[in-house]
Amino acid sequence: MPFKIISSQCTGCSACETECPNVAIFEKGGTFVIDPKKCTECIGHFEEPQCVAVCPVDKTCVIDTSLPRYQPPA
Amino acid sequence: MLAAEPKSCGISVGGSKARCGAHSGQGDLPPAIWDKVKKHPCYSVEAHHHYARMHVAVAPACNMQCNYCNRKYDCANESRPGVTSEKLTPEQAAKKVLAVASRIPQMTVLGIAGPGDPLANPDKTFRTFELVAKAAPDIKLCLSTNGLALPDHVDTIARLNIEHVTITINMIDPEIGARIYPWIFYNHKRYSGLEAAKILTRRQLSGLEMLSARGILCKVNSVMIPGINERHLVEVNKAVKSRGAFLHNIMPLIAAPEHGTMFGLKGQRAPRTSELKALQDACEGEMNMMRHCCQCRADAVGLLGEDRSAEFTKEKIVTMTVNYDPEARKATQAGIEAERRARIMPRQEEVQEHAGGTSDIKVLIAVATKGAGLINEHFGHANEFQVYEVSQSGAKFVGHRRVDHYCQGGHGAPDDLAAIIRSINDCHAVFVARIGGRPTSELHKDGIEPVDKYAHEFIETSAIAWFSSYLEKVKSGEIQHVDRGDGAIRQDPMMSVA
Repeated sequence: MPFKIISSQCTGCSACETECPNVAIFEKGGTFVIDPKKCTECIGHFEEPQCVAVCPVDKTCVIDTSLPRYQPPA
Repeated sequence: MLAAEPKSCGISVGGSKARCGAHSGQGDLPPAIWDKVKKHPCYSVEAHHHYARMHVAVAPACNMQCNYCNRKYDCANESRPGVTSEKLTPEQAAKKVLAVASRIPQMTVLGIAGPGDPLANPDKTFRTFELVAKAAPDIKLCLSTNGLALPDHVDTIARLNIEHVTITINMIDPEIGARIYPWIFYNHKRYSGLEAAKILTRRQLSGLEMLSARGILCKVNSVMIPGINERHLVEVNKAVKSRGAFLHNIMPLIAAPEHGTMFGLKGQRAPRTSELKALQDACEGEMNMMRHCCQCRADAVGLLGEDRSAEFTKEKIVTMTVNYDPEARKATQAGIEAERRARIMPRQEEVQEHAGGTSDIKVLIAVATKGAGLINEHFGHANEFQVYEVSQSGAKFVGHRRVDHYCQGGHGAPDDLAAIIRSINDCHAVFVARIGGRPTSELHKDGIEPVDKYAHEFIETSAIAWFSSYLEKVKSGEIQHVDRGDGAIRQDPMMSVA
């Protein structure tokens, strides 16, 4: 459940929204947020988390350390 | 002798050797190509005096990072590419296009140019074009892209009848690309360095080839970055020309530290006007160069150099009643075309009569104009000056200089005047409809002659007439011809003028 978007950094460009394979990203008040229940860190889809790879502003899509890491099904 | 003789582009478009769009008339452009460019203010330097364009900001996402772009920065008072104050949905954008088309009947072109990359937002971009094509089929569709995703969308571009595509190509050598682009996002992966630049240049050039093969007119934009790609752009010019590009627009880097771009923060300098012009001249040969680019915002509205976007904000559009009347638009545009035929073409012949001679003196002049090829703006009201190179072979448009109003609020601030003079410091004269006493004496002091005797007359004829008398004075010894200094390209934000 781990990626989150630092909203003060987010420019609201929507690049992450279309890349997320879990459709976990949506717009809220001009910036974007990640639904932690849907985020799988892109495990099983891509080699790297798509929101991080496509986000034009560094340090905007980051691991949410307050939540446990996603565990892929065995 | 022909005035500002158009040069052949050496590109085969539609099976015949075509001349380029950046000259003043049809020249020997095939009718089908002339038809595509004659009402496009970016593709035809002459058209930009008469026709307006608009951008809609429906494409905020981007698939790569450029060192001259800062995605965090967004300011309503600033004017440069990539900057916009509000993002629109395709539906809002289509309504905005109709609202503008109804109020500005000479608006002929809808461009989508970001603020991100339109092809990184293909759904929003193409949906907008579809909606506009349906509601207003007379509006030309135009697209600007970094080219990374271009090969994937060429078929859609052709199907939607998008006739004009601009690709920003700053290098064909990945070593140079690695200094301009920190990373790209491609095939679900982030690539950086040489690897990123190799993918990018391959995709850009093949996209260009694919578009040319389908007869879609391509303009290539290149950002001139001193110390990084300025010499290399001559190679870029050859590469894009051989792949069928129609027009090349070399633009100066904009990189003030306050923009927060990587280049701005690193103190990368911008080119000087003389360097920009020398590079444009070096590339001009077989292919014409675009010189009238204003580097407009991703949501600009109006004639080039005139931004009316503040009249068409999201808020205002919601309350606007749109009465789109294609017949009225057609009538206005027919009037413009009649005027072009009746008044401007004969003027060009007149220029040819005045021209001719043996002097190799060339000077630059700045012109305060609101458009239509006339000297019709007060010195103090000008947002920009158009710069012409005048010689005995004619007057050739070579560029724009953006300035702040000298007369904002009815009184001129001395700093503004000094900044204006700096921006046209490479010119021998400035042509105006009117000018006040203090700017007149300041200009004289700096060696620039203010000329108001051709008020409301045509630029080219006036320039030639003035130049003839200038040459006579040089000949009689009344004045001495000396070269001028360099002009400054503005880096600071242009205030929005609504």
